[in-house]
Amino acid sequence: MAKEIEYRSPAFDWETRAFWEGCGREELVLQRCRECKTVQHRPRALCVSCFSDSIEHFVASGRGTVHTYTVTEQNQAPPFRECLPYVLAYVELDEGPRLLTNVVGCEPASVRIGMPVQVEFVATGDGLGVPRFRPA
Amino acid sequence: VSLSGEIAIAGVYEHPTRWAPDKTEAQIIAESARGALDEAGLTLDDVDALFTAGMSAAPMGVISLAEYLNLKPRYVDGTNIGGSSFVAHVNHAAAAIHAGLAEVALIVYGSTAASNAFAIGTGGRAGGDPVSAFTSPYGVTTVGGYALVARLHMERYGTTSEQLAQIAVAARHHASLNPVAKMRQEITVEDVLGSRIISDPLHLLDCCIISDGGGALVVTSAERARDLARPVVTVQGMGEAVWHQELGQPDLLTIAARQSSEHAFHMAGLTPDDVDLAMIYDSFTITVLVTLENLGFCKPGEGGAFVEDGRIRLGGALPVNLDGGGLSSNHPGMRGIFLVIEAVRQLRGECGPRQVEGAQRALVHGTGGLLGTMHSGATLILQGA
Repeated sequence: MAKEIEYRSPAFDWETRAFWEGCGREELVLQRCRECKTVQHRPRALCVSCFSDSIEHFVASGRGTVHTYTVTEQNQAPPFRECLPYVLAYVELDEGPRLLTNVVGCEPASVRIGMPVQVEFVATGDGLGVPRFRPA
Repeated sequence: VSLSGEIAIAGVYEHPTRWAPDKTEAQIIAESARGALDEAGLTLDDVDALFTAGMSAAPMGVISLAEYLNLKPRYVDGTNIGGSSFVAHVNHAAAAIHAGLAEVALIVYGSTAASNAFAIGTGGRAGGDPVSAFTSPYGVTTVGGYALVARLHMERYGTTSEQLAQIAVAARHHASLNPVAKMRQEITVEDVLGSRIISDPLHLLDCCIISDGGGALVVTSAERARDLARPVVTVQGMGEAVWHQELGQPDLLTIAARQSSEHAFHMAGLTPDDVDLAMIYDSFTITVLVTLENLGFCKPGEGGAFVEDGRIRLGGALPVNLDGGGLSSNHPGMRGIFLVIEAVRQLRGECGPRQVEGAQRALVHGTGGLLGTMHSGATLILQGA
């Protein structure tokens, strides 16, 4: 069995900090504009649909489906080369945004487009974490 | 004011090297510049605009290159939007020349990716900045980004690995007719399907090769080009676009090529039916398939059927990548310049056994970056004399 990918503490700035701190609390935090209600990801300081500064954060359900995926068989770079094969995927959240992520907790060959998945979090220290998904 | 037909590509040169441990990137660039200027009947003294991009270049790489060539151009552009950069540079050079800010533009590229053992496609992307933090933890390789697109295309439209393989087989056939291509032995669909999986569903032979190489273009006004040495190839249409993850819901099967080619065709007053051949960035087989759809050569979802039955081979209705492409001829990391070089040579009728007979118009489309995350597209429509 391949090793799991070891996530390093994510680099962040004040615009993206709420997302990664949320992951540290095991919450998937998304942004919504209070004015035009647009949900946006990655996080930004202002809504780029209407340029409002009035952004709120909310905790998403963490549920979604596999939008597309690939089973990676070759990657020379550490730490990934010890973790082959691994599943790279876009997961479409019930709230709309699609996250690039890993799908774990199942045989890579069993992953399918449309498969229901649920978020889980890997703590990276410093109160932060990285989200990934497993079959729901 | 229309630029259509006002700008010409007056000189081109593709460096024949595919393996150059004894050369530097600047040297490959200088040798390529010499070749392109020579065939145009120009010298370095005529050059007043310099364009370049590279994977290892410093942010101020264009100054360093100007120093190497001892040039003091009055117009410079180091735009780097990935492998399509040099196609976009033609667009930018045309605008500068048309505006009277330059007369003779030199667009150059050189790379020793292969002899430096640089893992372009399957190296990690371990970005340590707040933006790439959203993608880099997960092991996104270049191949992986495109594989996400391939898987979705297969699921939505029933596209098969056999259909993708036809693109690699056609490229290799064209490479077998190109004496400087790196991989010249013909392959079959079975060879592609039998090669190992790199990032499912893409096999080794669905992926471009890695080589050293370089090239150069000389761009000037059509008026000036008519007094120069080579048959005049004019730029009829051009466009560029940058696509990304938007607000988090990218449509992975609609790509920058749609936007950039709409502009290019509109400017040229032409449609895909008017094109005799296409040079399409083939980082992977799937890149060609979705690009053909987005350029309007077929409808979304019809790319698989389009590439079957020899349509994209020499002698077919739309021959694609006559030099053998990145899949078989050369891929030093950023291939856009070679698309333009082969298109120009085809339109001049210089291509010998791989010549598209009577070729009058060529479409060039470069893709840069990763289709699955963020990418660029640049389109040119070129016309022979």
